[in-house]
Amino acid sequence: MLRRALGLLPRPIAAARARSFSTDLPAAHTADATFMEAWNKVMPNMDPPKTPLSFMHPRPPTPSSIPPKLTVNFVLPYASELSTKEVDMVIVTATTGQMGFLPGHVATIAELKPGVLSVHEGSETTKYFVSSGFVFIHANSFADIIAVEAVPLDRIDANLVQKGLADFTQKLSSATTELEKAEAQIGIDVHSALNSALTG
Amino acid sequence: MAMAALRREGRRFAPLISPRPISAVRSSPIVPTHEYEGPIGVRYISTQVVRNRMKSVKNIQKITKAMKMVAASKLRAVQTKAENSRGLWQPFTALLGDLPSVDVKKNVVVTISSDKGLCGGINSTSVKISKGIYKLNSGPEKETKYVILGEKAKAQLIRDSKKDIELIITELQKNPLSYTQVSVLADEILKNVEYDALRIVFNKFHSVVSFVPTVSTVLSPEIVERESESGGKLGELDSYEVEGGETKGEILQNLAEFQFSCVMFNAVLENACSEQGARMSAMDSSSRNAGDMLDRLTLTYNRTRQASITTELIEIISGASALEG
Repeated sequence: MLRRALGLLPRPIAAARARSFSTDLPAAHTADATFMEAWNKVMPNMDPPKTPLSFMHPRPPTPSSIPPKLTVNFVLPYASELSTKEVDMVIVTATTGQMGFLPGHVATIAELKPGVLSVHEGSETTKYFVSSGFVFIHANSFADIIAVEAVPLDRIDANLVQKGLADFTQKLSSATTELEKAEAQIGIDVHSALNSALTG
Repeated sequence: MAMAALRREGRRFAPLISPRPISAVRSSPIVPTHEYEGPIGVRYISTQVVRNRMKSVKNIQKITKAMKMVAASKLRAVQTKAENSRGLWQPFTALLGDLPSVDVKKNVVVTISSDKGLCGGINSTSVKISKGIYKLNSGPEKETKYVILGEKAKAQLIRDSKKDIELIITELQKNPLSYTQVSVLADEILKNVEYDALRIVFNKFHSVVSFVPTVSTVLSPEIVERESESGGKLGELDSYEVEGGETKGEILQNLAEFQFSCVMFNAVLENACSEQGARMSAMDSSSRNAGDMLDRLTLTYNRTRQASITTELIEIISGASALEG
């Protein structure tokens, strides 16, 4: 009986912690409020489900002057490589070519293609090879880079890259259907980008 | 052993006592409340019946304890993955905001549930929330469809909403969850289902005892354009320069698909964590209940045993004293 009471104790604490997540932006309240009202009308007996906005850390608003540093969030499906790290500059490989972002850059959405991402902090640079993803620059000098796969450059094996390139070139020449051609072309793109990343 | 000897002695000394139908009891141990009268009108349950019940309850306790340990170890494995994937959906919400109350014509509710049972009430909660969202978005010219992941939600939703189900996907956790698997799944869903807004219903994992039902909304690129043009929450989206591609629409299309696969990945992992956590607490309370039941049965057993010994002794002694004088 006592154990059951002890078991019940964490619940209010967990609920309090959940409530502490809801440090939402004031605008978020209205969207949630309309949803909650509509929910309560339809299902008065159940609590409405939470929405992602209540779990997010709020982002600072756009400052009037250009901030000195760019705040970078670099996320991958299986890890957050960098979260709210203050850096000077970020260079990504977008579909239109290499792009550099400094603090105070205009708000942008860019799609990435396989290539090198370099993060410049003071005098040191960290380079990653990114397979693909998106990068959002917000007006408040926050950069969100979401990649499907990224590895630091020193973990790439040059021999395997050459072998992969040869394989896919051969596959492209022997491909028959559009799908196979497309897949082989993607393989070639990635491997040649890897090649130039290692050499360049 | 001593009891059997006493019983034999009792029969020899007191032939007046009606023979106890022990064989009858032994042949039908499944009848739980097999009561029969002793000679002086004492009624008690056969100890064999109680012993069988105790054996089965003890086995159940062992099984549930083992299941709890298994769930705990699986939880540890998935929890790290889920926590690492939490950063994945935040940039999308930062960019596109969250509009659960958006008004669209074609809604698709993606319900994420488990394949196996014995995990508490999380699947029923998800199904109830999905039905609530269905009701919320019902109206003229509006339609809502279900995409179901997991056997448990399928069993519940197929009963009354069979015609609204578009896609059913099961055996998600046969191989360990990975982003590639989930992105293939997301691709399938996006190919086969027409949508204006996708609402993903899952249980978010807060701690081993707390799971919060959550709904994440992913909008199709057309709706994103419509909302950003009309101002309001997504009004700032227009101010973003879009690099690459021929049109903004293409990039937004890729963005919506990427967002869906990222949000799905996080949702599936969180739901898996919640499932293991719920199973842990369900099995824990079940083994505690089995323990309580075992205590009560042990008391009954001892009482029964002692009562029958006392009755034997009384018979022997009264028989002996009757013989003496």
